[in-house]
Amino acid sequence: MTGNEDLPLISGSSADGASGGALTATFADKKPKRSDNKTVTFGDAGAVRSLPMWSVISLITMIGGWYVATKAWGFPGDFAATQENPDATDKVLLAACNRAEECGRSAYTQLIGPTTFPSMRDTWSAASSLFTDGFQNKTIWTQIWASLWRVIRGMFFGTIIGVPIGLFMGLNSKARGFFDTPVEMFRPIPPLALIPLFILTFGIGDKAAVPLLIFASVWIMIIAARAGVRNASLQKVRAAYSLGASKWQLLSRVLIPNALPEIFTGIRVALGVSWGTLVAAELVGTDTGLGAMIFQARNFSRLDIIVVGIIIIAIIGVLMDLLLRFLESILIPWQGKG
Amino acid sequence: MKPLSIQNIDMVYELPKGGSVHALSDVSFDLAGGRLLTLLGPSGCGKTTLLNIIAGFLAPSSGQVLLGGERINGPSKDRGMVFQQGALFEWQSVAKNISFGPRMNGQKPAEYKPEVDRLLDIVGLSGFGEKQIYELSGGMQQRVALARCLANDPEMMLMDEPLGALDALTREKMQGLILNLWVETRKSIVMVTHSVEEALLLGDVVFVMAPRPGRIEKVYELPFAKRALTEDTRELKQGDDFQEIKEEILSFIWEMEEQIMGTGV
Repeated sequence: MTGNEDLPLISGSSADGASGGALTATFADKKPKRSDNKTVTFGDAGAVRSLPMWSVISLITMIGGWYVATKAWGFPGDFAATQENPDATDKVLLAACNRAEECGRSAYTQLIGPTTFPSMRDTWSAASSLFTDGFQNKTIWTQIWASLWRVIRGMFFGTIIGVPIGLFMGLNSKARGFFDTPVEMFRPIPPLALIPLFILTFGIGDKAAVPLLIFASVWIMIIAARAGVRNASLQKVRAAYSLGASKWQLLSRVLIPNALPEIFTGIRVALGVSWGTLVAAELVGTDTGLGAMIFQARNFSRLDIIVVGIIIIAIIGVLMDLLLRFLESILIPWQGKG
Repeated sequence: MKPLSIQNIDMVYELPKGGSVHALSDVSFDLAGGRLLTLLGPSGCGKTTLLNIIAGFLAPSSGQVLLGGERINGPSKDRGMVFQQGALFEWQSVAKNISFGPRMNGQKPAEYKPEVDRLLDIVGLSGFGEKQIYELSGGMQQRVALARCLANDPEMMLMDEPLGALDALTREKMQGLILNLWVETRKSIVMVTHSVEEALLLGDVVFVMAPRPGRIEKVYELPFAKRALTEDTRELKQGDDFQEIKEEILSFIWEMEEQIMGTGV
């Protein structure tokens, strides 16, 4: 290494990454085994990905547990009792409840009795009838869409109300002071506690459910957007200013894009909370949606429909999160790669 | 390039719990356009504060800064800034980062595109324009930061430990790059560094600063930056003249540190 060759002159200088190519080539020949990647941590804590095989094993265990429980023991009730009062309705049950010393499983078992957890075969046939004929004159797709459409509206308004307030709070200390009190006051209130209030105030059905979902998501979005803006490093702000950005350009080109990862995480959390809140709200406040379907199935003692409904709710919850993760990897590829 | 004139700058930070820190005390100097000034000194001597005042990020408690006779009162695109790290916009490609300044100033793609390609070439990143920031190594990211700063064609480049986060080998390469950029563009550069060797090699003028209160204690005008263009930098650094000044500055900084910390080492 002598003379000018050593000096990386402007014209010919290569990028740092390009040097040492020969070295990486020799290493690339030897494919590292999985165990080579391990670092010293507690157990596997350092591993980024979970192994998909174990997710499959976990699913099989759950299904197997279900199969064994229903097949071997008729878990958890007495199947004979189910045959005695096949026509019993909710009203009968309520009347019995009033008389019974305790209104619990024993009263239910005496009167109606289908306390046997549905077997997988029963559940499967209930699911197929649900997807072909529907339940109570409503197809399953109508119910799913009714639930989803509520969540979409709730999340939409929760986001477009919450994000600007959060951004404003992140940027301005007066706004922070002003909004901090309501945010901290309302955020800890479980949305479900507000169902009676919202039904009496706004009416039943979507009139109560959508505001409830806005309530469930808006605080999360405010906090996410605020954190996103506050995370912007001083260097980025200063760099933008010294490159000639105006205040407005700083906001739109630097602060908001910089806050996107946090906002997206907020959307993921809020969507999970909304989905859970919604189904519970539908149990009492609406006549469409998956929660309402489960409630009606209860009235008809259709445990199989209830189980199918629960499974559908779980699957949709997982699918929504997968979709958001996929969108995140496309829209915010720099996330976690600082 | 326009001359820089620092006139009687005082910077006093009021502490929230009462009391104050005298970060800079009556600092004055003139710097002709096109020079490369490096600022050295122990921690807390106010070199970064001075740089931030020149950039317009901080307003001095008293005194003023003039660039080409005009008073500085805020950040502006005629004074570009290169930070140690973390100032690039991760949500944009390399080319978009470099064209950020021109775009903010309303230029159309046709206007800035050739310039971006030229700058990519200059900093040794040809073909990397469409890469994302997180795909680059630390050294390459600093090349992008330099190019982004140059894209605005500033009067002056301010650098706050631009190579501080790089490994020794990359750092040496990047020193060569900065030197070449300086010679090619003839921009004025003010650079804060912790490395005495780097300050001596790159600094056409070197200020050694002292703390409590922050002030300029020694001024050197050095030939090494220009010699490095034709001579081997490693041999240059081993030369007696280089080593002599390096020792002088190091012992001076040590003395100051000892005065502050007590003599325990």
